[in-house]
Amino acid sequence: MTNNPAPQKKADCTETLRELQTYLDQELPDDVRVLVDEHLLECSDCMQAFDFHAELKMVIATKCRTDAMPPELFAKIESCFGIDPDELTTDGSDADPDLPA
Amino acid sequence: MQFAPQLYTAALRLTRNQADAEDLVQETFLKAYRGFGSFEEGSNLRAWLYRILTNNYINAYRSKQRRPEEADLADVEDLYLYRRLDSLQEAVASRSAEDQLLEWFTDDEVKAALEELPDSFRLPVLLADVEEFSYKEIAEMLDLPIGTVMSRLHRGRKAMHKRLYDFAVGRGLVDRPSTSS
Repeated sequence: MTNNPAPQKKADCTETLRELQTYLDQELPDDVRVLVDEHLLECSDCMQAFDFHAELKMVIATKCRTDAMPPELFAKIESCFGIDPDELTTDGSDADPDLPA
Repeated sequence: MQFAPQLYTAALRLTRNQADAEDLVQETFLKAYRGFGSFEEGSNLRAWLYRILTNNYINAYRSKQRRPEEADLADVEDLYLYRRLDSLQEAVASRSAEDQLLEWFTDDEVKAALEELPDSFRLPVLLADVEEFSYKEIAEMLDLPIGTVMSRLHRGRKAMHKRLYDFAVGRGLVDRPSTSS
């Protein structure tokens, strides 16, 4: 959208639907987000579309995280480190125990 | 280590089998441990770990799999991307007030819908919707322009809607298939 000096710009359904996912992800620049906010207040069809996308996003997030990690994997990962992970220093070098952490 | 369970879940969505997922997570921690000197203190550890995970996946596992071509998703884009209502959305709109969308689909169905996406679409959807990274973080992880991330994310989600609609039809949650299918 180019800057134009015309009176207050409003978003229509086409623009709103085009930006809807980006809006849902909270990634729209503020000036565009405000236009979508306003349109959704006025347009129940687009609001319903927004609700749908929001709910689906939540369903995907909820249901794709339900796998328990196998207990033996923790042990295997710790063995990758070779030392107690709590003793990892930020520089990753072989820490001299006499040096400050 | 507190990120291990999350990384494991993500690895499962990527590799789609437990053995490969375990290997992928171990390799990720191994590389993280060895490369920790390059980690900038104060920057996002979680994002850094996921970047290692996705790079490992892309380099080591992606080539092993035969995946649906990206062209399959071009059809999805034409039919669904900017339509006001895709067929799943119509079905959902007609449900009764008591129906919880969470209860429409099993965990396995939603995971399957995600895992069936081609990698180039599955990665953005996983990183955005399940792992909650920003577009910018995903772009950096995958070494893609933000516009490409957005496009693949949005199209990937639409493709998932289509697949979930198929599941819903199969389970009798919608009366009849969409006439446009």
